Amino acid sequence: MWRSSTAERDGRVPGGEALLTVDGLRVEFATRQGVVRAVNGVSYRIDPGETLAVLGESGSGKSVTAHAIMGLLDTPTVRVPAGEIRFHGTDLLGLREDDRARIRGRRIAMVFQDALSALNPVFTVGAQIGEMFRVHEGLSRREAERRAVELMDRVRIPAAAQRMYDYPHQFSGGMRQRIMIAMAIALGPELLIADEPTTALDVTVQAQIMDLLAELRRESGMAMILITHDLGVVADSADRIVVMYGGRVVESAPVHEVYQAPAHPYTRGLLESIPRLARKGRALPAIEGTPPDPLAMPTGCSFHPRCSYRQDNCVTDAPPRYRIGPTRDSACHYWREVLDGSHG
Amino acid sequence: MGRYIIRRLVQAIPVLLGATLLVYAVVFALPGDPVEVLAGDKRMDPHITAVLRERYHLDDPFLLQYWHYLTGLFHGDLGVTVSGGSVSDILAGRFQVTANLAMTALVMEAVAGVGLGLYAALRHGRAQDSLVLAATLVLISIPPLVTGFVLQLLLGVRLKQAGIDLFPVAGLAEGWRGYLLPGLVLAGTSIAYLTRLTRTSLVETLRADYIRTAIAKGLPRRRVVGRHALRNALIPLVTYLGADFGTLMGGAVITETVFNLPGIGQQLFTSVSLREQPVVVGVVTLLVLVYVLANLVVDLLYAVLDPRIRYE
Repeated sequence: MWRSSTAERDGRVPGGEALLTVDGLRVEFATRQGVVRAVNGVSYRIDPGETLAVLGESGSGKSVTAHAIMGLLDTPTVRVPAGEIRFHGTDLLGLREDDRARIRGRRIAMVFQDALSALNPVFTVGAQIGEMFRVHEGLSRREAERRAVELMDRVRIPAAAQRMYDYPHQFSGGMRQRIMIAMAIALGPELLIADEPTTALDVTVQAQIMDLLAELRRESGMAMILITHDLGVVADSADRIVVMYGGRVVESAPVHEVYQAPAHPYTRGLLESIPRLARKGRALPAIEGTPPDPLAMPTGCSFHPRCSYRQDNCVTDAPPRYRIGPTRDSACHYWREVLDGSHG
Repeated sequence: MGRYIIRRLVQAIPVLLGATLLVYAVVFALPGDPVEVLAGDKRMDPHITAVLRERYHLDDPFLLQYWHYLTGLFHGDLGVTVSGGSVSDILAGRFQVTANLAMTALVMEAVAGVGLGLYAALRHGRAQDSLVLAATLVLISIPPLVTGFVLQLLLGVRLKQAGIDLFPVAGLAEGWRGYLLPGLVLAGTSIAYLTRLTRTSLVETLRADYIRTAIAKGLPRRRVVGRHALRNALIPLVTYLGADFGTLMGGAVITETVFNLPGIGQQLFTSVSLREQPVVVGVVTLLVLVYVLANLVVDLLYAVLDPRIRYE
């Protein structure tokens, strides 16, 4: 049943060119206590115009993967021992820094979580948005300001022409996030990475920002990687979903298939812990246990200490990503049981 | 903003009163009598002594003497010494010398301190960084009295013997160049502290979220560091530099004596030994005033550098 709906909704042509593929990416951080494998063999792809939700709790490696795509990991304590990040077929990790800088901001842009700390406190927002045009397109100050106002209008900041001379701290949280978004879409990127863009905001403002992102995406046709730990945000806005746990991808599928029937115990746990009106009055189920210690990852499947489907081989054998549908896979030895249990 | 400046200046009045009262009391409590010092080894006519004591209120109680001084001060009169010189006249030219010296030191401090600090920060964790840190530690550990004499010998005497006559050993006979060596000595320790402060400030700023944003925007590194990071890293440095100007003026006492510069520091040294109370108090009053004003300028600059700070 879910097979037929895949082809319709997903609409991806088999063999069509991916916009970006992450392949076997590993990222390691050197810490005082030892080496942390923050990303441990992550692969996913995103097609042009698609919205991919990357879901996972803090420490799952979802943001680190995004930083690797943006090339923001250039510090002495970080190592990328393996993996490729191909953008239009070119491996970004193999590029020289100045070639990378040409892609960064212009073709792949990023919106960060906390806009107050992510915007420079000592420059006006107009200057910070206009800087994109001044640096990348060599526009004059006046021309850059005009474009900045246009962008601020486009992300619906009232009285943009006056407010461009204000500083980030003079805006509300939602308005600041709009400014971040304006900056990110300034040069019409093909891919926008939104790293928990609504986490720091009020619930009502969250919806407005998600609507704005959806609208901008419809207008421009850009692809988007939406990083979140909030399944509620994902349902309305994403085409596909990648669930990460302990530095690995545990499930990858079209959004609606995941909502109908998750095929990994972790995804299932996440779905069950969403508050629902029908369950009112009963305790909300939560995933037992705590996230894994990044310095001492469990053997085998890293989810096994918290998993109710656990068998002996889960402790010893790390599951591969079993292909369970045309565009769907699950890294669980017992995905059939999970899937059946979900249907039942 | 205007109201803020006025309020700050009004706040300076009790500071000035307190500082002058304190110094006045200390000098009053010093043993020795200015009239006796004036006479030196000779014996003075008791009649003249009495007249002098009367004229300078030397037999009045402490608070009354202080009151006389204060009323004079508010009329712009810093008083007269027992030898008859006006304190204002004595200090006028000398204040300029000390101000020049302090400014020279401040410029050297800013250029060398910020420069070295940036160099170390941009090579954070590497050998050059450690070298700069070690050098500042050495500089902090050596008292200016020692650096003064060493530099006098090396740059003033030996370099001249080697045929390069750039730094006069002492005095102002050769014009502005006379300030170079004492300026460097005076700035020495401050350069070390400012280097460390600059390094820490920039290293910390480079870790900020908005720097990550600037990189994600695809900006060239020199713009990320030179504009986005530096503007933020400079804010604490301005505070330090401003407050340090007062310290440099005060620290000039030793340097001016070593390099024989006719500034207020040297005058203070002489006047303390001559028990010239009005001069000592006058110098301190001026220094307090400089300190208060320098700090006011720093606070105003702060608002210019950091838009989050506004004064009502």
